[in-house]
Amino acid sequence: MGEAERTATEEIDLKGESGPVVEFRNVTIGFDVKPVLDDISFAVDRGETLIVLGPAGCGKSVLLKMVDGLLKPERGSIRVFGQEITTMPERELFKLRAHIGMVFQESALFDSLTVEDNVAYRLHEEHMAEDEARKRVEEALKFVELEQAIDKFPSELSGGMRRRVSIARAIITQPDLILYDSPTGGLDPITSTTIIELVMKQRDVSHTTSLVVTHRLQDAFVMATHRYDREKGMVPIPKDGPERGIDAGTKFLVLNDGGIKFHGTTGELVHSEDPWIKEYLA
Amino acid sequence: MPFKSPEVYIKQTIGSIQEYSILCWAAISDVFSGPRYWADIFTQMDSIGVGSIPIIILTGFFTGCVLALQSATALTQFGAVSKTGSLVSLSMVKELGPVLTGLMVSGRNAAGMASELGSMKVTEQIDAMRALGTDPVRKLVVPRLVATIFMLFFLTIIADAFGIGGGALMSVAILGLNGNAYLHDSYRSLVHGDIVQGLTKPLFSGFIIATVGCFYGIKTTGGTQGVGRATTQAVVVSSVFIIVVDLLVTRAMIGIFGS
Repeated sequence: MGEAERTATEEIDLKGESGPVVEFRNVTIGFDVKPVLDDISFAVDRGETLIVLGPAGCGKSVLLKMVDGLLKPERGSIRVFGQEITTMPERELFKLRAHIGMVFQESALFDSLTVEDNVAYRLHEEHMAEDEARKRVEEALKFVELEQAIDKFPSELSGGMRRRVSIARAIITQPDLILYDSPTGGLDPITSTTIIELVMKQRDVSHTTSLVVTHRLQDAFVMATHRYDREKGMVPIPKDGPERGIDAGTKFLVLNDGGIKFHGTTGELVHSEDPWIKEYLA
Repeated sequence: MPFKSPEVYIKQTIGSIQEYSILCWAAISDVFSGPRYWADIFTQMDSIGVGSIPIIILTGFFTGCVLALQSATALTQFGAVSKTGSLVSLSMVKELGPVLTGLMVSGRNAAGMASELGSMKVTEQIDAMRALGTDPVRKLVVPRLVATIFMLFFLTIIADAFGIGGGALMSVAILGLNGNAYLHDSYRSLVHGDIVQGLTKPLFSGFIIATVGCFYGIKTTGGTQGVGRATTQAVVVSSVFIIVVDLLVTRAMIGIFGS
């Protein structure tokens, strides 16, 4: 590794010691005349899971893509791992993205590659030995309980299986931040529960900082009130325990009409007096 | 569909030219720096080059046949039917071989590139590629650019050869000319400048086909309908570019070689 490259990597604050893992300050972005997101500010601390809620078209996916540097805001500052990404050139962003995993709305698997090649894509780009890469792929597929599909093509998989492969691809390098863009969108309730369980498993086993965009309130509240147990799977957090039935590391961000309607804990959200929030949650 | 105001239309056109120029510059600079995706380059060479051989052979052969028949009709009036070989070879090597090969490959591959990259764009595969740390220009555009320029050069030679062969067949079988005389006349009439001119054009055409096809693919919006629109635009724009650039290269070559 060259001196310049080493310095750049060291500047990435993976431990979140110098502040939040993700920080938005007065961010505005728009595609036509009216901004999609207007002057929004929030932060995500290390180990936190931020669930982003809001009606369709309110800018949830746009927000997630800005965190990964796939879209640049018109105004404002976005810091990820302590680095300002709004002015960062694409070549530097590629290095930063090595620490970020992203699950896309429609899975975005590469049609021409097998499940193995899709999951190992980043490892192949890093020129990892074939045997080692295969081992890592098998581990990632085991995590999402899809080992049997390793040689299949995406077109041979169901929607839920594609989403699980997408999660395996995102977690294979054990990233320090995971972005889930509507991981349960378009899936039936049973498959959605399986996906949410995987998101929860990643949260509770690896304690990875994550942003989860969803429009399904049910999924959001399952995540906030359940925990992954290695033996029993998804279990409710006891209401009479110290956490009072709510995962303390899971917070909510509600977007509407270009702005932040709510940012806080699960308890604060359900007890909010804001009429719009009340109606939205009803 | 609502009419656009002239201001919006001009802004969009200038914006597209700017985006196209940025893509071309990024692709050219990536050709000369690593990492290089050799497997993708060879795959594209196979798809664009080897896959286009049948249509290039057919196009070249039948164009040569028609050219021999048409030119013989005109040359007979001047008693110069023996010059058919010369006319066919000059026309094929300098003009029809490069242009028709460019147009045929444009129809086949600019469309293919626009639809393939367009589908990847609308299903977020290009964003996924960026998110996984890969530069889409380096991974998708550069292999297509290198493969198209390299293979179009050889496809043009094949089209020229089959065109001259087709002309020879017509001249011998229908016009009753001597085969040896035809080929000797064809060979003798071609000079260094003609060959250089004929083989410079596919380099430009290859660049146009790959960059225009990839540009319309990468900037596709609007779902499957957008993919269809991008495909049509890629073929139309690259075909027009090929003909316009053909004129400019021809004029430049006449300036350099004098004929």
